[in-house]
Amino acid sequence: MANSQAMCTKFKVDVMNGLHAFGASVIRAATTKDTFKAALYLASATYDASTTAYSATGEVSGTNYTAGGVAVTTATAPNSSGTTAFFTPSASIVYTTVTLATAFDAVLIYNDTAAGKNAVSVHTFGSQTITAGTFTLTMPTNDSSTGLIRIA
Amino acid sequence: MITTTLGDMDESLLVKTIGEIDNDTEFTQWVEYRLKGSDEVIHRSVNMQLKKSVFAAAEAASF
Repeated sequence: MANSQAMCTKFKVDVMNGLHAFGASVIRAATTKDTFKAALYLASATYDASTTAYSATGEVSGTNYTAGGVAVTTATAPNSSGTTAFFTPSASIVYTTVTLATAFDAVLIYNDTAAGKNAVSVHTFGSQTITAGTFTLTMPTNDSSTGLIRIA
Repeated sequence: MITTTLGDMDESLLVKTIGEIDNDTEFTQWVEYRLKGSDEVIHRSVNMQLKKSVFAAAEAASF
């Protein structure tokens, strides 16, 4: 049986679980999972792959919306299938009875436990407004091809 | 009862409009309510399913 060059799938899952630190890391206070949040951003904002952390700049504001967004449910731990590691929030992300009058088109998922509120991912969509209503982001199927966050 | 900018209102007093967007990025359904005879939206809710996940490719370099 020949050897094969590869990034080990276990490593991909472990990265999602914060196991490895090739550079200077942080002292974690516990082995419990972190808390993540989802913040909405105006269509005029400029959040992308270069975003390093949560910021209130360009964030939506309005009735019943709290700066920083809402908690992301992480009941299901990262997993892998084949050579792809994946993670998907285990429940919809819901902003209940809000009024967001200025168009928004992005959600930033970030680590709310980390002191730096480190960014995880930016997801964009068609511009929306909400009027005394609820904005629900329904999660895709949590697998290696459609999971919200994937490392292959 | 529908939550609106004017408070909770009976749905029979309102005009309901629904719509959806289905493209490569998202499947979105929205619902709007207006007072009869008015163009002002007093309730708008959106349910969106994102189709595109964020993806990172990891590769081990060869020597």
